[in-house]
Amino acid sequence: MDRRKSLKAIALGSVATGLAAHGCKPGEEKSEVVDVKTHEPAEWRTDYENKILSEIKAGEDFFNEHQRETMTVLCDLILPPSDEFKGASDADVVSFIDFMARDTESEKMQTDLKGGLMWLDHKCNTENGVVFKSATEAQQKAILDEIAYYNPKTPENERPFEVNFFSMVRNMTMSGFYTTKIGIEELGYKGNMPNVWNGVPQDVLDQHGVSYDPEWIAKCVDQSKRNITAEWDENGNLLT
Amino acid sequence: MQIIEESTVYDAIIVGSGAGGGMATKVLADAGLKVAVVEAGPFFDPADPEQKTQLRWPYESERRGAGTRYRPFGDYDAAYGGWDIEGEPYTHVEGTKFNWFRSHMLGGRTNHWGRISLRFGPKDFKGKDRDGYGDNWPISYDDVKPYYDKVDKLIGVFGTNEGLPNDPDGFFLPPPKPRLHELFYINGAKKSGVPVYPSRMSMLTKRINNDRGVCFYCGQCARACQVYADFSAGTCLIFPAQKSRGQVDLFVNSVVREVTTDEEGRATGVSYISKDDRKEYKLKGKTVILAASACSSARILMNSKSKQHPNGLGNSSDVVGKYLHDSTGADRAAFIPDLMNRKVSYNEDGVGGMHIYSPWWGDNSKLDFPRGYHLEIWGGMGMPSYGTGFNVNDFNKFFGTKAGGYGDILRSDLKKYYGAVVGISARGESIARKDNYCEIDPNVVDEWGIPVLRFNYKWSDLERNQAKHAHDTFEEILTNMGGELMGDKPGKDRDYGLHTPGAIIHEVGTTRMGDDPKTSVTNKFNQLHDVDNVFVVDAGVFTSQADKNCTWTILALSWRASDYIVEQLKKQNI
Repeated sequence: MDRRKSLKAIALGSVATGLAAHGCKPGEEKSEVVDVKTHEPAEWRTDYENKILSEIKAGEDFFNEHQRETMTVLCDLILPPSDEFKGASDADVVSFIDFMARDTESEKMQTDLKGGLMWLDHKCNTENGVVFKSATEAQQKAILDEIAYYNPKTPENERPFEVNFFSMVRNMTMSGFYTTKIGIEELGYKGNMPNVWNGVPQDVLDQHGVSYDPEWIAKCVDQSKRNITAEWDENGNLLT
Repeated sequence: MQIIEESTVYDAIIVGSGAGGGMATKVLADAGLKVAVVEAGPFFDPADPEQKTQLRWPYESERRGAGTRYRPFGDYDAAYGGWDIEGEPYTHVEGTKFNWFRSHMLGGRTNHWGRISLRFGPKDFKGKDRDGYGDNWPISYDDVKPYYDKVDKLIGVFGTNEGLPNDPDGFFLPPPKPRLHELFYINGAKKSGVPVYPSRMSMLTKRINNDRGVCFYCGQCARACQVYADFSAGTCLIFPAQKSRGQVDLFVNSVVREVTTDEEGRATGVSYISKDDRKEYKLKGKTVILAASACSSARILMNSKSKQHPNGLGNSSDVVGKYLHDSTGADRAAFIPDLMNRKVSYNEDGVGGMHIYSPWWGDNSKLDFPRGYHLEIWGGMGMPSYGTGFNVNDFNKFFGTKAGGYGDILRSDLKKYYGAVVGISARGESIARKDNYCEIDPNVVDEWGIPVLRFNYKWSDLERNQAKHAHDTFEEILTNMGGELMGDKPGKDRDYGLHTPGAIIHEVGTTRMGDDPKTSVTNKFNQLHDVDNVFVVDAGVFTSQADKNCTWTILALSWRASDYIVEQLKKQNI
């Protein structure tokens, strides 16, 4: 959706969105159905950025209910929940993809997502007489087995559409999952917090068969003196 | 609508608050002068919780850190602006390209730059003597050395004294130890005879004063540092200037239209447009110091037309805007099998960017391009961000197995390949040419009613040959590291992988200094030949670029020019 369209959605009050999101049946009695999603302005963002995010969030979702349910099934096949791991839906990956589909304003991504989901249902209907989300896991995996693998040496634009569609969903699922708290914990990334860098641990150096050159290390910072104010002699030799 | 005039007469009006403007502000304020700093963007302080992006997690961004038109280097990048700012266009002469990155905010582009802080060497000031290309600077390394020394001590830069002929020693803080992938690079480069040294970057690995903190190794300098442990012009120059004995009046969200002049053609101040109320204002000053970026300062000069200066201010030579040049850039990455299956037991964020680098080692007299390049190295187990996990097991191709799939295999593949990619970037010197330029486009104005720049820029075979050489080097070093090269090696049809002009964001040369007023815009003290009370202290004055980044030289030259301005004001010469 482009910005103009989303503005229009705000102007019209987005009644349809409210209905869709809450699954109200037509004609059902409702007083406050319109739940316009609002953007809490992030203080670190500029006003301009917050304005754009408000427009996107107040607009309609990219996926309709059926598409969202299908995506949820698909993404959980890509990163399934188990006793050992959290699954894609634990990280609400579908909402992330929904947002990105609107934020990037990439018509190709939007068309490929919509078209890919239609393809998936058509394929599943043809083979199993049922849409993808309602098929058995074995039926779903049988379809994925045909589209989930590719030869990386074949240029992307020469691979079948359905293979590229699935690659895109896999990419977005991976990024969407591993940028959340649970994904980062699973990966084991230890940074993004104040610390003192003092070189690669010895066991890691050993594992990869490299070592520090003592002459090089002698020039490096002595972290025990990091808080002592720097002073030099006239030739640039550090005295402290 | 009337133009609103301030009655205050400033000693100096400084246009722009980046490296050049920040330094001028600091030096003039320290001398007790009354200065106005006019900045096109908003106030910015990375220590302010309302503006800080440092240490945020990817999930605090709806787009998980992905770049946008208004933050092209990612959602958490500190620079407000980009290549393409709504309401502020620029144009091109047909068939030419120039990507122009602007960051309108206090501190400008210093808020997100790489902090690679390299002095120019003796040869870099005398390019023409060396190989006949371009022109010599009117000054030499010896003129600038004392200022480089002072900049090192004031701002702080880590590195090592190696006694290299064209990469001078300085007053360095001790460097951080190399990371794992950097040890692989050191070994790979050694095999090719390419020298490697600790990098030289302006982060505080050690305390330099009590106003600034010490680096806590989050690797996020591009987000600007909340403890001021890296160099940004706002935190390290403007804020201290505000506490010094002079008077610093900060005008933010104020877009300078032109330098105003009197009947004699001398500058009287500037006129600017406030973005807040869209009205035009005038400030009066004894001197005007332009530091809006090389291209923006040239634009202001060319737009400052008057009876006395019909071709724009300081442009009797018709050289303003000419000799625009950017650093060259080329990059390649490889998958390093020996870096697979890494332990994630430790935090290797380090400083923002590389802990090691390779300065130019070649002998250009034996090569088909006259100037060199340095190598920057990247890789490691970075914080996940948008793009993490894309094509998670493409590297299976190097083992002859199929890629893709679904299920838990993706999890183990991600971990298997995490931190196993290393990249090298070359950043080199291009030749300054008169026919690469920016000029005023007579047909287009921005939303503030100010005529915009039109660019005309083309690389020559000298730059293409250099990029070709750089790609051969990448291949050799990465292969020495046991790497499997990623992507294709770009050929002639793709300019050997040479980036679009402007892409490296080292625009210099548009108001170049020289002794001859017919062929240069400023003298060796950054003072316009045509108007003695107007100065340019950004990279516009560079007679030539080097195979170095430009910031440290902007800072040194701005300090040098500012000392001269203080002296001239005291003597009442200007």
